[in-house]
Amino acid sequence: MAGIVGYGVHVPIYRIRIEDIARVWNEDAESIKKGLNIREKSVPSTDEDAATIAVEAARRAVKHAGIDAHSIGAVYVGSESHPYAVKPTAAVVVQAIEAGNDVMAADLEFACKAGTAGMQMAMGLVDSGMIRYGMAIGSDTSQGRPGDALEYTASAGGAAFIIGREKKDMIADILKTVSFTSDTPDFWRREGAVFPSHAGRFTGEPGYFRHIMNATKMLFEETGFKASDFDYAVFHQPNGKFPVNVAARLGFTEKQIEKGLITPVIGNTYSGSSMIGLAATLDAAKPGQRIMMTSFGSGAGSDSFAIEVTDNIASKRRNSVLVRQLIEKNKTYIDYSIYLKNRGSIKKR
Amino acid sequence: MERSSASLWRKIRPRYNLVGNECKNCNTGYFPPRVVCRNCGRKSKMAEKQFSGNGTVYSFTVIRTPPDTFKDEAPYTIGVIKLDEGPMVEGHVIDTGAKLRIGAKVKMAFRKMYVEDDEGLIHYHFKFEPL
Repeated sequence: MAGIVGYGVHVPIYRIRIEDIARVWNEDAESIKKGLNIREKSVPSTDEDAATIAVEAARRAVKHAGIDAHSIGAVYVGSESHPYAVKPTAAVVVQAIEAGNDVMAADLEFACKAGTAGMQMAMGLVDSGMIRYGMAIGSDTSQGRPGDALEYTASAGGAAFIIGREKKDMIADILKTVSFTSDTPDFWRREGAVFPSHAGRFTGEPGYFRHIMNATKMLFEETGFKASDFDYAVFHQPNGKFPVNVAARLGFTEKQIEKGLITPVIGNTYSGSSMIGLAATLDAAKPGQRIMMTSFGSGAGSDSFAIEVTDNIASKRRNSVLVRQLIEKNKTYIDYSIYLKNRGSIKKR
Repeated sequence: MERSSASLWRKIRPRYNLVGNECKNCNTGYFPPRVVCRNCGRKSKMAEKQFSGNGTVYSFTVIRTPPDTFKDEAPYTIGVIKLDEGPMVEGHVIDTGAKLRIGAKVKMAFRKMYVEDDEGLIHYHFKFEPL
C-alpha cells in the first residue's frame, strides 16, 4: 500500500500564555491550564494565513522527501480558514513549490480532519497508479470567539505529507486506513460567520469520543492489531485532555502518546493537529516501529491509520526540521492586545 | 501596490520563488531578470534561474514611518540580501527580534505582502527570515 515519503511542519513563532487570556475574562488560569492540559498557544503573525502556513510546510516536506516537486501529481489542502471563500489555497501551494501545471488540486473542508482525508485521497490516487506522488496538507489559523472556551486553544499551524508507493523512498508504510462518519451537530460555522459555534459538552461523547473510538476499533478489527501492537499513538488534540482520555479508553499508555502530544505547547491547530502530532512522532520513531493515528473532524468523522516505519527514516532525517525544535525556534510571547491586533480584531473605523 | 490581476499574475513566479535569470556566457545571476547581461551585451545567453533563497544580510534598516500599505506593520525591517548565487535583493526581513546584524544568514520565507481590501486579492511574496 501507499506510504509516507516525506513531511514538513510550520508553526508561527508567536505564543500567548493561558494566563494572558484568562486575565481578560476574569477566569482562573490555573484551573483552565489543568482542565484543558494546555500552557500556551501559537498565534499567526499579521502576514501569515492558512496558505502561507501550508506553503512553508509543503516546502519542508519536498525537501525532506528529497523528490523533484514536478513529480507530485496531486495537492490537497484541508483547512477551516482558507484565505479565500472562492480561490483555492491548493493552487497557491502548487505554484509556490513549483510543481508545474499538470497537478490535480483542490481545497478540502471537514473541520479538523480535512488534512487526513487528503492523505486518504492521495493514497487512492497513488495506489491506483494515476500519480507517482500526492501531497496532503492540513493548515489552519483557527478561529475562536473571544471569551469562549475555544479561545484558549484555537491556534495556528500546519503539516504537509507526501504520499508515494515506491519502497525505496518510503519512510513509513501505511498498512491500513479506515474512516467513521456520521451527521453529528457538535461544531459548525455558517458561510460568512466569523467564528464557529459549538454545542458545549455535546462535542465530547457524541462527537470526539464516539468517532475516534469507533474508527480506531474498526482499524483494530481490520488489521488484527491491538493497542499494545503499536509503539506510538496519535489522536486529534482539541485540547490536551481529550487525547489522553481517549487513549486510555482504547488501551494505550501515556508513554505511547507523549511524543505526538503537541497541543499543550502550541494549542489546537485544527486541520494541522493530528498531522503535526504524527510528524512529531515520526521524528522520534525507529525502523520497524508501528504508529496508530486517528484524526477527528466535527460534523463529524474520524480517519484512522496503521503506519509502520521503514529503514529509510533515519537517512532522510538529515533533510528535516524536527517538530519539537521548530516549535521552540524564535518563540516570541505576545500579550492579549497584540494578539487581538494580529488577529485583525481591532476595528479602526 | 498595483490592483491589477494581470500584473499580479505576471509576477507570481519571481514573487513566490525568486525566479530570475542568469547569463550562461559569464554565469552572472540577475534578480529581477534582465533582458541583456550587463557584462556580455550582445553575447548574452540569458536563461531562467530559480534562486535558492539563501543569502546574507548586506545591509538593513528599520522602517518606522511606513507607506500606508504597511502602516499597521511598522516598525518592520527591510534588508538588502546578497543571495548565495550573487544577486542583491531587497526584501522584508521577518522574525528578527533584536538580533539582526549585517552578515547574518537568511533564507526565503513565504508570507502575505499586501491585502487589497476585504473583497480584493491577497498578494503573497517572498520575505527573508534569519536562519
